[in-house]
Amino acid sequence: MSDGKNYLNHESGLWSWLTTLDHKRIGIMYMISVMGFFLIGGIFAMLIRTELFTAGPTIMSADQYNQAMTFHGAIMVFMVIIPGIPAFLGNFILPLHLGAKDVAFPRVNLLSWYCLMVGAILAFVSLIYNGADTGWTFYTPYSIQTDNGTTWVVAGAFFMGFSSVLTGLNFIVTTHKLRAPGMTIWRLPLFIWGLYSTAVIQILATPVLAITLLLLIAERTLGVGIFDPNLGGDPVLFQHFFWFYSHPAVYIMILPAMGVVSELITAFSRKVIFGYKAIALSSVGIAAVSFFVWGHHLFVSGQSTLTGVVFSFITMLVGVPTAIKTFNWVATLYKGSINFASPMLYALGFLFLFTIGGVTGIILAVTAVDVHFHDTYFVVAHFHYVMVGGTLMAIMGGIYYWFPKIFGRMYNEFWARITFVLIFVGFNVTFFPQFVLGAMGMPRRYYDYLPAFESLNKISTVGAWTIGIGFLIALVVIIRGVFWGEKAPDNPWGAKTLEWQTSSPPPHENFLTTPTVTAGPYEYR
Amino acid sequence: MFIWAAEAAAQSFMPPQGTKIAENVDSLYSFLVWASLISSILVIGGMTYFAIKYRRKTATDKTAYIPHNALLEFLWSFIPFVIFMVVFGWGWYVFHQMRTMPKNALEVHVTGQKWNWSFKYKSGRTSRTLVVPAGEPVKLIMTSKDVIHSFYVPAFRIKQDVIPGRYTALWFEAEKLGTFHVFCTEYCGTSHSEMLSKVEVKSRADYDQWLLNDPYKGLTPIEIGKKYFTACTACHNITDQRLVGPGLAGLFGKERVFVDGSTAIADETYIRNSILNPQSQVVEGYEGIVMTSFQGQISEEEILGVIEYIKSLK
Repeated sequence: MSDGKNYLNHESGLWSWLTTLDHKRIGIMYMISVMGFFLIGGIFAMLIRTELFTAGPTIMSADQYNQAMTFHGAIMVFMVIIPGIPAFLGNFILPLHLGAKDVAFPRVNLLSWYCLMVGAILAFVSLIYNGADTGWTFYTPYSIQTDNGTTWVVAGAFFMGFSSVLTGLNFIVTTHKLRAPGMTIWRLPLFIWGLYSTAVIQILATPVLAITLLLLIAERTLGVGIFDPNLGGDPVLFQHFFWFYSHPAVYIMILPAMGVVSELITAFSRKVIFGYKAIALSSVGIAAVSFFVWGHHLFVSGQSTLTGVVFSFITMLVGVPTAIKTFNWVATLYKGSINFASPMLYALGFLFLFTIGGVTGIILAVTAVDVHFHDTYFVVAHFHYVMVGGTLMAIMGGIYYWFPKIFGRMYNEFWARITFVLIFVGFNVTFFPQFVLGAMGMPRRYYDYLPAFESLNKISTVGAWTIGIGFLIALVVIIRGVFWGEKAPDNPWGAKTLEWQTSSPPPHENFLTTPTVTAGPYEYR
Repeated sequence: MFIWAAEAAAQSFMPPQGTKIAENVDSLYSFLVWASLISSILVIGGMTYFAIKYRRKTATDKTAYIPHNALLEFLWSFIPFVIFMVVFGWGWYVFHQMRTMPKNALEVHVTGQKWNWSFKYKSGRTSRTLVVPAGEPVKLIMTSKDVIHSFYVPAFRIKQDVIPGRYTALWFEAEKLGTFHVFCTEYCGTSHSEMLSKVEVKSRADYDQWLLNDPYKGLTPIEIGKKYFTACTACHNITDQRLVGPGLAGLFGKERVFVDGSTAIADETYIRNSILNPQSQVVEGYEGIVMTSFQGQISEEEILGVIEYIKSLK
């Protein structure tokens, strides 16, 4: 822009950030918080893997290990992966994608960030009360009986849920009401379809988690007997409640990632997406079916055989739209012009890892086979392939893709590729051996293990250190790019979606004149 | 090469097959690994091939405009759907075998509690390892005394959560003689990873012999404790004289002062904890003396016996 004014220098001072109603600034506040949480969660991951480097005690006690495992899971799920794409990338990009000036409810948007902060503070207060050792799933009656700060962590997750609901609400209303002229439903970028489907889950499923967590707090503090069998409660009921939220939450984590990947693949193939409607509707399909698969976490929990079989069947149905998406992405590469810039490397990395995460998901959905694999390292490997191999790869790809737009500067391409190689190779070295450990029968959440499992655990730990180094370098690449990167042009990738038509970084209200949309988002011809 | 990889993945990584059901599970798993391998190679291979073949050559490459293809899209929705339905049905078939309890099974009661398993037989014998005859269906009727545990025998490919306040069941028919691992697979706190046991599969004759050889048959708890106490005499006197550890006569009901200055009355819980987790409460004057934990090596019946025996030492 000629006068050099943009959203970053529109106002200045810490107070202007803490009270901002600009979706782009709120997005950046989310980015900084999520990266901070990711660092803490990552430190716990390194502690876990280092402890498991040898059988028997290595660097900590069993109780410390159980705390590290709990905090790693809770931080990564509730504070990194769930807010990661929607609240950070989504917040920044959604209004730009739609050609809007902001989200529909800017104040609510700011409130959602404060909800996350309050939740995070509450969760960390638990450390004063001897932490928490329940695992991120808070299964009863263990979580009722254990004597420590569990109540604080649960209360933290309760508040963070509001952040998620408010963001979802904002996205739905914004998508319906604030689209630029000509932005019809079938011209929406696929990232919007992903965010919209996610928002529906956030609004409908999160309240169930909130109620469940409140009941758990009531049980811990007041002795209400909902889940405790000693008071006439049912401990397995908690698992049903918990997974009624937490399984759809898996799709809160992956659907936006799929949206990001759709953007990356088209932009870096410079080619129209293959099967736009199929990808868009499969997001909606996955979101709808996601509410009816929670029971596949409970095949061996004492639910009836028939119930298990029904949940197995419905879970298979989720596999179909997921497979459709994967094939469509691969088909998009056909006769494209593939640019191996780091965002594309992450997108291809996503495809590689998500495919393995997906097929192992089908293996786990088969009742008879899941009985053997349930709660072993096979499950740990599977969901890391989906959540880290899927979601984190997409976040990293998304950060590099939109980096020039967000900060008006370029990152260092060479070092960004180095970090990709470290993270991708390290990831496979860490988690592939865990499939084998699971097949051999090593249960998860084990502080100690049989000598037979030791060599594979050693390999896994070395992989984890490699990932750790990769992310540390990535942090340097990002910080260096933000402050000292080259100035970025408005559309460095030659992409077609609306955010690339405004300046980098965008002005305070995104577009100087509201754009008029005359074609779909991927019209590369 | 791929055949080798798939076979290796499908078989040698799985534990030995101790039951017929384990063989059925492995056949299905083998099919799944094959199908997964082929589809992963198709997707990842196709992706790699396209990415390299169509890599950007000039900044102004022309690309094809292919928005969709109905036949392709139908095929890659329908074929996965058919495969999913096949493995779903196959899984259901084997799952049904796992979950249908045979009527004539030998029944054993299983109790899980932090952090050990105990098994009680119709004859009245209790044990810390599950001993069963080969070639006969065995039904486990399981409950927990505290939190949820999960009973898992990798070699039999069976697993079932063990829940306080209700009974869950599991069955198997062991085909091979030998000893197999039992793990707890539902997180249950500090010593979750030490909540281990074994299944010993014996011939029917050896099994009958084992049942008859109940070392505690007809004994009172004090007598059981006295018998077990031979495991303790290396370090503990039955007088009040100190050996390596404290003498135990007159211990019960006394106040104990620990190295951190806290105190406790030597009651049943204290003695139980001293047996299972001795380092958690070291008495003043015994700094640096390490007693090994009996966690996983002493049954509930024996703990109870030792407590009663110590009470009786005056």
